[in-house]
Amino acid sequence: MVQLTLPKNSRMTSGKTWPKPEGAKNLKQFQIYRWNPDDGKNPAIDTYFVDMDSCGPMILDALIKIKNEIDPTLTFRRSCREGICGSCAMNIDGINTLACTYGVDEVSGTVKIYPLPHMPVVKDLIPDLTHFYAQHASIQPWLETKTAAPAKEWKQSIDDRAKLDGLYECIMCACCSTSCPSYWWNGDRYLGPAALLHAYRWLIDSRDEATGERLDELEDPFKLYRCHTIMNCAKTCPKGLNPAAAIANIKKMMVERTI
Amino acid sequence: MAYLTDRKRALGMGSAKSGTAHFWSMKVSAVALLILIPLFVFTFGAALGGTYEEVLAYYAKPFPAIIAALTLTVGFKHFNDGAQVMIEDYVHGLAQKLSIILMTCLSYGAAAVGLFAIARIAL
Repeated sequence: MVQLTLPKNSRMTSGKTWPKPEGAKNLKQFQIYRWNPDDGKNPAIDTYFVDMDSCGPMILDALIKIKNEIDPTLTFRRSCREGICGSCAMNIDGINTLACTYGVDEVSGTVKIYPLPHMPVVKDLIPDLTHFYAQHASIQPWLETKTAAPAKEWKQSIDDRAKLDGLYECIMCACCSTSCPSYWWNGDRYLGPAALLHAYRWLIDSRDEATGERLDELEDPFKLYRCHTIMNCAKTCPKGLNPAAAIANIKKMMVERTI
Repeated sequence: MAYLTDRKRALGMGSAKSGTAHFWSMKVSAVALLILIPLFVFTFGAALGGTYEEVLAYYAKPFPAIIAALTLTVGFKHFNDGAQVMIEDYVHGLAQKLSIILMTCLSYGAAAVGLFAIARIAL
């Protein structure tokens, strides 16, 4: 049965309020989820104040500044700082997005930052994405062919290549899947928007010869048909992609080969 | 905790190779209801406010009776399919199976009662 309340050890408590930096005139308040698996305590919300006059414009800049200058124990993932690696995906001001491409000025008032929803937390803002990645691997996200490899490259027309636009750009940040209520309730079996978007990317690749097998693997009440077109995935995608449309197209292909 | 690999956990028991029939059936009944419900509303509206004898006479005609029977049948089929999806979403384990059985009995039971009532009036 779906659990609508947080388990006892996940209930949030109020955390530490860190002192304001001296002499700062342009302060922004940040409330950040903290949880350390080693101290045995419940998660807490710590409050930080950042001097925006000496900070970069993005949420990630502020997080790095907090880690460097206020609290070195604050833990989060980051790498490319330009929206291409997907490492810094987190819930900012109620929206799953990338800290590196989300501006501090886009949030009015206090900036509230939590890890991606409904995933096991490793520490602070770091979710455990093991199952998410395994689901991605399960759709076999690579070219499958039966014809012997050509001497040169597998050819593709310009029109067929254009079909991959809006799909290949996915960076697997998990913002979409973790915003999906169906994935929250049935994430153990439902593949989620990200894995299904990748599945569709290979289903419509003109060079791929495993379309039937791919559809066979997806045809399942839970793997595919848990999508109820809630559209949170399309709304939250920091890359502006539309996983809901990709899933709808998979369903269309399923019907097409049946009727 | 079982020592399962991440991949095995993600693959689970594999694909059920079903689901499209249920999905398509819901689309078909949704389109049918798009036509049937306005017809039912208009025919039911025409009988509203009449005396007992007038309503009996109206529903003894084939068109209103058939529309009402079709709306009930397709409506409860659609309801049953939709309720099953909701149960699968939120209820798991044995309770899920029992809830689906109960919901199916209720849906077809309600449709049968409605059809019996229409038949009593129309025939």
